[in-house]
Parts: sequence; C-alpha cells; structure tokens
Amino acid sequence: MLKAQNLAKSYGPVPILTGVSLEVKAGTTSVIIGRSGSGKSTLLRCLGLLETPDAGTVILDGEQVFDGSAAHRWRFGRERELARHRSELGMVFQRFNLFPHMTAAENVMLGLTEVRKIGRRAARAVAVEHLAKVGLDALADRYPSEMSGGQQQRVAIARALSMRPKVMLFDEPTSALDAELVNEVLQVMRNLSTEGMTMVVVTHELRFAREVANEVLFVDGGTIVESAPPEQIFDSPQEEQTRVFLSALR
Amino acid sequence: MSFDWQIFLNMVTSATFAQGAGIAVVVTVISAAIATVAGLFLALARNSRYSVLRQSSVVYIFVGRAIPTLLWLLLVWNALPQVIPALRSEWFSPFLAAIVALSLSEAAYMAEIIRGGIMSVEDGQREAGRALGLMPHKVFAKIVWPQAVRVFLPTAGNEFISLLKLTSLASVISLQELLTVAGHKVSATYRFAEAYAAAAVWYLVIVSVFMLIQNQIERNMRWKSAARPRGQRLPRRRSGVAAIERRMTDA
Repeated sequence: MLKAQNLAKSYGPVPILTGVSLEVKAGTTSVIIGRSGSGKSTLLRCLGLLETPDAGTVILDGEQVFDGSAAHRWRFGRERELARHRSELGMVFQRFNLFPHMTAAENVMLGLTEVRKIGRRAARAVAVEHLAKVGLDALADRYPSEMSGGQQQRVAIARALSMRPKVMLFDEPTSALDAELVNEVLQVMRNLSTEGMTMVVVTHELRFAREVANEVLFVDGGTIVESAPPEQIFDSPQEEQTRVFLSALR
Repeated sequence: MSFDWQIFLNMVTSATFAQGAGIAVVVTVISAAIATVAGLFLALARNSRYSVLRQSSVVYIFVGRAIPTLLWLLLVWNALPQVIPALRSEWFSPFLAAIVALSLSEAAYMAEIIRGGIMSVEDGQREAGRALGLMPHKVFAKIVWPQAVRVFLPTAGNEFISLLKLTSLASVISLQELLTVAGHKVSATYRFAEAYAAAAVWYLVIVSVFMLIQNQIERNMRWKSAARPRGQRLPRRRSGVAAIERRMTDA
C-alpha cells in the first residue's frame, strides 16, 4: 500500500535519513521505534509528503507520489498534485494541531468541504459520524481549548479518518499527553488497526507496538536497522543496536 | 470671557461639526480598509519565497514609515499634481488626496502589524492544513488568517484610532474635517475653548464607537462554546475508553 525506496534527507550538512526503504502492506500496522533524533519523525513526515526528501521515491497504492528527481521537488505547479496525494494520507501529529478557531465538528468538516467539496450539511453528518467513532460526538460543538489533550487527539484522529485515507500516519500521537490520557488515544488506534486500517505509527509506547504492530521497524542513525514482527524484535533482536536500545528501556 | 455652555452646545450639535466628524470618519474608514488590504499583500510579499517581492516590501515599509504623515499629505496634495498634470483638475479633491496619503502611509504600519499576526500562528497549523490536502491559499484563508486576525486586532484597533486623529493633519490641505471646522469657528468667533471642546467631544464619540465595534469583533473571536447564544446548552461529557469501546462496537 505504501512503499518508500532509498529515502535520503539532510538538513544542511547534517544527514537525517540515509537511504531508507520500507513497505507497508494493506491492512497492516507498522510501528517505528527508535531514540529521539534517530530520524523516525522525519521519515514519517517524508511519507506524509510534508517534508521533501533529497532523494528516493514514495509509492502510494501503486502510484508514484514522489520521485527523487529535481523536477519532482516542491514546485508551484506540483502543489495541486501533492495536495491530492496528501488528502489520501491521514496524518496525526504529536501536538494535535487542531484548529483553535473551529469546533470539533468544524475541524473535521474542513477537509470535507474544502478538499472533497462536500456540502456543509452532509459534511457535518460525516463529521459527527467520525467523532462518534472516537467517542466524542457529544463534544462536536466544543472548541479545542475546552477539551482535554486526549480528547483533542481523538478529534485529530477523526479529522484524518473522515478523509477516508488509504494510510494513517501517526507521529508520536501520545507523547504530548498526560499519562492518564494516553490510553484513550491508544484504544482508538488499537480499534482502527483491528478494523484493518493501514497504519504507520512512530511511538515510544513499546507495549502498544508489541500488541498491535504487524511489523516493528527499529530506526537508528537515519536507517532502518532492523524490521521484524514484534515478538522477534522484542524477544530476540538480531542486531546489537536494537538490543542496546531495548535494554536501556527495560 | 468665560466658558459659555450655550455656545459649546450649539457648536457640538451643529451640522458643520457633525459634517466635519463625518468626513474624519469616512476618511479614516476608507484609508484603514485600503491600508489593511495593502498591508496584507505587503506582509505576504515580505514572507514570499521570491526575493524581488521580499525586497520591494522591505523598501516600501521602510519608506512608508520613515516619511512623516504630514509630509505624505503635502506630497500627495501639493507635489504630485506638479509632476502629474492630470491631477490638476477638479476631481482631485483634498478628500481624495487625504485618503491616498493616509492609505500610503498607514499601509506600511499595517504590513508590520499583520506580519506579526501571521508569524504568531504556529507552523503546526499550516502543516495540519496541508496534511488535509488544502492548497496553500486555502491554508492561509481558512487557517492562518482567522488566527492572525485575533492576534493583531488589538494593535490594529490602536492604529485605527491614531489614524482617526491623523486625519486632523489634513487640515493643512484644507480637508473640511473636524479640526478644520473647529478652526473656522475659532477665527469667526474667537471662542477657542468652546470650539476645541466641541471637537474633543466628537473625537470621544467616534473613538467610543470604534472601541465598541472592536469589542464586538473580539467577542466573536473567543472560540469558546460559552460564546454561543443563550439557551443553547452544552451536552454533557461522555468520553473515556469505555465510551469509545461502546461506540465502536455500535458502529
């Protein structure tokens, strides 16, 4: 469903990604783990087309949405095409990034009315339906400032889901949450995974990774050091770097 | 000669003062509107990826703010027609010249005020908009602008009040605004205290109205559901993991 080949990215002289390739099969959940600064967030943002890789390709559902050639980089004329591809990728951010001047329902409606060109009334119905999916239809008319972090993140998930994305990308979705709110967000993600949504999750929640992931990718120094089913990564990691990382967390 | 309340009241309520006030308000509102639109484009140009636009904007903001407003008025009213003969005709009135001069000057200030508002919007907001598949102009119009307005509105309100008072400078180009009217009254009656007090009262009234309008706009930007019309009650909270579970099995 989502495939990346030889993604490379550096900020000035600092290499962040050095040739990353991965494939996420339809209906599976891949969890990316690694220490901060390892490049895992940059990798996810490249997959979400929010960051321009210096080289490499991204293929979404058989369509090449990014190729490394210079002509294919951010360009004025390409923005429309990129916008279309981005609308097929659901992105959930660490800091929620809900629009503070819109209610929960309006947050979810924005992409539907402006990108999908659905009328406001129908969009509202779709929004409430997706808010119900994350257990928040009762708060449809609340503003983000009137919700807890966990509720905000669930609205953000509903906002991404409402676009019917082919893949959902989560960038440390629980890192900014108080401990007691982490679970309600993970529960929503667990349910999504069970329903067969294709997901890529960057997280520090190793228990979640073990429980939900079909594949766990350990990223270090800008490359994927090891990728395997969770049992193997957590119980018998093959690489020394993976062992060191995991033992530090125990 | 003491303060004569009857003369003062007659002046305050006279049609001449009301007209003077009206001209001051109209010039302020039109100039503020033009300056806001021009300021928006200057602010966008200042953050543009094209260096020609960036630099032109910087130069304009520099020149616009460096030249005193009074000089702007004299330049537009007296100097410009000397260079451009087409302006030496009836239609180029003090009214028009005042609007042009004040807009040109004010745009430079508004550019910086608006730029400040735009910069205050977190990058994550733009990113969330882009991630939904919105085109850049939509991201700006639907996400960045409404949040920027809330930030720069108090400063802009300040700015519009000082713009109102700057219209009094247009008395030098014989615009019949409030202070010019008061000046005429003074030269006709030598009633300084009454005429200036009458002008002051009118400024107070106009500024109060401006403040009321600003408060009303700010009230609509509280982004709290409590700001909704009365009688529309908030539903009770129903959330938590159990609720999600139930909802998802329902669905």
